[in-house]
Formats: sequence, C-alpha cells, structure tokens
Amino acid sequence: MSRLLIRGARLLDPASRRDVPGDLLIEGERIAAVGGDLAVCAGGAEIIDAEGLCLAPGLVDMRVQLREPGAEHMESIESAGEAAAAGGVTTMVALPNTEPPVDDVSVVEFLARRAREVRLAKVHTYAAATKGLAGKQLTEMGLLAANGAVGFTDGVRAVADALVMRRVLSYARSFDLLVLQHPEEPSLAAAGEVNEGEIATRLGLAAIPPAAEIIMIERDLRLVELTGARYHAAHLSTGAAVEAIRQAKARGLPVTCDTAPAYFTLNETAIGDYRTFAKLSPPLRSEADRRAIVAGLADGTIDAIASDHAPWDQDSKRLPFSSAAYGIVGLETLLPLSLRLYHDGALGLLDVLARLSWHPARILRLPIGRLAPGSPADLVLFDPNEPWRIDPDAFRSKSKNAPFDDYPVRGRVVRTLVDGRTIFQRAG
Amino acid sequence: MQDSVNGAAFRHRHLLGIEGLSAAEIERFLDLADGYVELNRQAEKKRALLRGRTIINCFFENSTRTRTSFELAGKRLGGDVINMAVAVSSMVKGETLIDTAMTLNAMHPDVLVVRHPESGAVQLLSQKVDCAVINAGDGSHEHPTQALLDALTIRRRKGRLGGLVVAICGDVLHSRVARSNIALLNTMGARVRVVAPRTLLPAAVERLGVEVFHDMAAGLAAVDIVMMLRLQMERMHGSFVPSTREYFHFFGLDYGKLRAAKPDALIMHPGPMNRGVEIGSEVADDIDRSVIRQQVEMGVAVRMACLEMLTRDLGNGPQTWEGA
Repeated sequence: MSRLLIRGARLLDPASRRDVPGDLLIEGERIAAVGGDLAVCAGGAEIIDAEGLCLAPGLVDMRVQLREPGAEHMESIESAGEAAAAGGVTTMVALPNTEPPVDDVSVVEFLARRAREVRLAKVHTYAAATKGLAGKQLTEMGLLAANGAVGFTDGVRAVADALVMRRVLSYARSFDLLVLQHPEEPSLAAAGEVNEGEIATRLGLAAIPPAAEIIMIERDLRLVELTGARYHAAHLSTGAAVEAIRQAKARGLPVTCDTAPAYFTLNETAIGDYRTFAKLSPPLRSEADRRAIVAGLADGTIDAIASDHAPWDQDSKRLPFSSAAYGIVGLETLLPLSLRLYHDGALGLLDVLARLSWHPARILRLPIGRLAPGSPADLVLFDPNEPWRIDPDAFRSKSKNAPFDDYPVRGRVVRTLVDGRTIFQRAG
Repeated sequence: MQDSVNGAAFRHRHLLGIEGLSAAEIERFLDLADGYVELNRQAEKKRALLRGRTIINCFFENSTRTRTSFELAGKRLGGDVINMAVAVSSMVKGETLIDTAMTLNAMHPDVLVVRHPESGAVQLLSQKVDCAVINAGDGSHEHPTQALLDALTIRRRKGRLGGLVVAICGDVLHSRVARSNIALLNTMGARVRVVAPRTLLPAAVERLGVEVFHDMAAGLAAVDIVMMLRLQMERMHGSFVPSTREYFHFFGLDYGKLRAAKPDALIMHPGPMNRGVEIGSEVADDIDRSVIRQQVEMGVAVRMACLEMLTRDLGNGPQTWEGA
C-alpha cells in the first residue's frame, strides 16, 4: 500500500473545527493519521513538504453543469475534471440538465462509468425531479437514488407547479431524499435578463424582480412544512431569501441553501455596457443584496458555497444581451473568490472551508469533507495568501465565460489529491 | 481637426445613443440639421457631400419610416445607399449578429445604419466593424435620431429646449424613444415628466431624472410639450392594459385631457399612430398644435446631419485593408 506523508502543513478540518500545524499521513486511498509529528510512523512514505501551506478537505462543489452528455464541445467530464482539480475541487455534483437529461437510471450509470474512466475529481449527480425536466411527471426517484443520484432537482429550471412540487417533496420524503430547487418563480422572471431596477431601466433590458426568488422560496417552505421533506434552495441571491431561510431554520424545518461566489463578489453594476459574461440566473442583484448574502454566509444561514459552474462556448455568449446564455464557469475560481470572505474579515478560514467541503458533504450525506483517519484522502493543499489575478484564458475548462478577467484574488491551490492520488500539482 | 463653421470635430466614432452626448454636441447636430431643413424644401435637393461613400441600412426589425428617412438622407447627400432587410435574410439561416457584422464590414461601407430588436445589439455590432455606426433603434434602449428630430421640431417651434416642461406619455417601459428623449431633454435643461399606468413604467424610472405621474390631468398640467408614445398592439389586450377602450379613456390624448396643458402646447408622436388608442384623431390632426408631420420632415434633416457628422473626418486617404 502506498504511503504519503504531508509534512508541516496548517491542518484545517472544519468538521472538528481543528486548525493546528502538523502532518497528515495517507495510506492507500485513505487518511491514516492526522496531526502532530508523524515522521516516526511514516517509514518509507513519500514526503510532501507543506511548510507555509494549508491542508484542508478537498472542495465539494455541489452545483456543476458538466455538459456531458450532449454538449461536449463546451465541457466534458474530463475537462471539467481538469478544471476541478486545478481549483482544489475533489467532488463535483452534476446538474441533470444534459442532453439527454439525467432522468433515467442509464444516464446515472453512464456518468459514473465516465467518471471512473477519467479518474480526476469524483463525480456525483443529481437526477431530474420530473421527467425531461418538464415539471409534470415524477421521475423514478427511488431507483435513481438506489443507483447513485444524490438529490433531485430540475436543474436550472424551477419546479413551478405547486402541486407537482408538493408531490416531488412528498414522494422524496418517503425515501428520505434531498430535493433541490432553482428558486425562481418563472412567470415573474419570464424573459427577464437582469435585476429589476435603475440599471435594467437604463439599459432597456427585461427585468427580474427579487420577489421572483422570494416567492418561490416562501411557497416551497410552506410545502416543506406540509411534507417534511429535506429541501435545499440553490444559489441565493437576495437578502429577503436569506431572511426567509433564516426564519425557516429557526422554526426547525429541514432546510439548507447555498450561494455562488458571484453573488457575494459582484453586484448588478458588473453588467456595465451589456457584458454578457455577467448575465447569470438568478441575475446579479443590488449591493444591499450582496451584503446580505455575505451576512447570511457569516451567520450560517447559507450552508454552502457552490461554483454554479455553467460552461458556455463563445457562440452562446457573443450575442446581444437578451440572446446570450445565462451563467459563468466557476470551478477554478471557487476557492480564491471564497477566500476573499476570509481576507475581508467577514468569515474565519475554517468557516469558509466548512461551506466549501464539510457542509455540502453533510447535506448530500457523502462520507467526505473531513480530515479524519479513515476518511477518503480527498485533499487540497493551498497557499492562503498568494496574490494573483484571474486569467480566464488559462482555465482548463473548455469554456472561458467568466466576468473575472484580471480580477485580483488571494489564495492559490498548490496540489489536489483524490483518494490519495495527486490529480493536480501546480508547476514551479 | 477644427472646423471653423461648426466647431470641434465630433469626438465619437459612432452614434449609438444620446447618453454620453454633451449639450454642445446635441446643439451642433441641431444646427447642422436646421440647414438641411431648408435644403430639403428646395426643388434641387442633391448634395455631393457623400459622393463615393457607401451607406448600408441594416434593419434586423421591420421599419418603413425610419429606413426610408435614412435612405433619403443618404441619397440627398450623394451617397450610395443599400437597404438590407436582415430580418428576412441571414438571421433566419442561423448567422449570428457578429457574423453579419463581419460580412458587412468586408464590403467596406462608410456608415452602417442599424436597427435591432435587442437592447445593446447595435453597440455589440459597432465593436466589430471599422466604419461608423448609427443606431436606428435597439430594443428598448435608445433611438438617438428620433430624439434629435424631436428636439429639432421643438426648437424650431419654441426657439429653445431649456426650461420647457415636456410630458412623455404612454408605454415608457418598452420605449427606446422615451429613453433617448429623456436623456436628451435632461441634457438640454428641459423638465421631463412621464405619464402612464404603472404597468407601462420601468422600475426606478424616476432615477432617469423624470417626474412620474399616473394621471393625465396632473401630468399634463402646464406643460409645453405633450409627447405621446405608441402602444404596441400585442400589449393592448390584457397583458399590460386591460383594453384599448380603457386605455384611451384614461391615457389617450384628446382635447379634454389636453386642456390641462399650456394653450400653446405642442403635440408630438413618433409614429406610426394608433388612432383612438393613445391619441384621438382630432388632436393628432390639429394643424395648430400637432407637429407630428413636421417630426417626419425633421427626421430626414437630422439624419443628413448625422451622416455628415460621422463621415466628416474620414478624409480621402487610402482605406485600410483587412489584415493590413
């Protein structure tokens, strides 16, 4: 069995809230020992010197669009895997909006097989909540879950019909499954492109009011109260939504949520003069909303940070604003953009890392995201302070759509390991 | 490059919107256009200013009036004008806007006049071509030549723009004419009001520098200018307003509502009008107060001025070749 000793790192384990200097020993695919000076028990182990670096559980990115099967020219499991590796992401959870969509056991199996062949970041998938993501008939949720689907969602579409959503939640509850929602009332968001307000008005763009998000979340919370199902609201973008989730948690509902770096890093002004790279779903909101997202992350209302990785080729973005696709790539910028929360003093380092690994693992009930003996050796080694500028042209992702060109950040991945294997190591 | 008659050279390569133009630049357009009004009234209307220049009217959205106006403007200045109805050609074959821009650019036009149904599309196209681009209307964003022709119409009748009170009435939400006019009138020191039901006003419209009214009597009180906006057919029946009958009752311009305005208030409409929806025929055709037909006349003159301004500095040097 191969042995690997990572020496002298700052060990950060959000699950136990441990933040100590020390060594970590890997045997085979698992963590064998954590903490202190492990040199004595590491005879014959390969040694990695990690002086000055942080060692943490690999990131668990709970919201990634893979584009495989169906649009491999934009992204594939392999290119997304490379991007994830470079970003310190050791587990990706895929949305079901592929072509064909993940609404059938065969597609779940296909993804698992492709991930085994590619052997980069681990891949899990959500399955569609409704057949064809059409919002009408339930999928075979029990069978899909038995074959590995970790949750149920219609991806970038809301389950809009209240009765269908009630049945999705109710059926999911029978099997204790997780339901994830793209929380946006589609009739209020119809054809909308940007946040409602002065900027939309000046640019003459169709607007989406913040209420589109809040209404859907508040409706769903009532349905969660009826059904008792585990519910997760994706990519919160508004302060009012954060408040609704905060109150739901206080009432003891089984509710979690995430946000994406764009929503705590940028606001609606990033659209500038029709910059399609800043066109997201939900749209970038006001500065007050951005601050509320940071506050929600800080007080724990927002459990997780996901990249919401949405690869699009140039042809999908080099279009008039209203025709351009929604979304940005995020696997390679997830850690540095999230570390801004730490560098700005909004969250502690362990708190940021918890939202990137331990919390999503817990929501998804995956046995990962910890620095503990016996856990899979899915790890990220990073320099927390190194300053650099984001360069989308250097992304390993096939798609380069990100509004962070030349954006200054601090913190950089040095090495990424999955099951004890190094899947990324920074040159130099 | 100085021009002794008309001041400094226009510092923009394109005319994409009113936003960003200074009061002095707007005045220059209007001064230049004033001269063309007189020319257009003569029997001999042809000038040689644009001889050898190529102007392509590239309309991704149907429009007879604006396209004809630009075509006449280009021809009267001696340019070669080509009309491309892109709505029915390349776009249906799946060609992207940028492909179309590149294709047109390779033909070395001097000016592209572009209308497009999407906000921001003309600006996107302008980044991909070497020639001057005039925005002939993009989505709900801007329609700068309409605002200039409205301003010229007002200035010729009232002698000024500054200090006037202007009410813009109707579908402000979807209107590029409204946005360009609000920008222009504010820059020139007029006071702007918008009057419409709330369903036809965009969020935070007051941030554009307008007073907001939902009642015609209050909104038109003591105004100098009443600008009516066209209500698109598909928005009349229940989606934004309940019916044309109800809309006309509360927001259609008739003599009853006009009574609130100053006695010499002018009535304007960018056309084409929906008679009996946003404007009653008797006011639309009031020869003393309606300047709707003058607006059309001013349109040709203003577009001549725009073509002149944007081609003035081209010179006669060798054109650059692609890749050179």
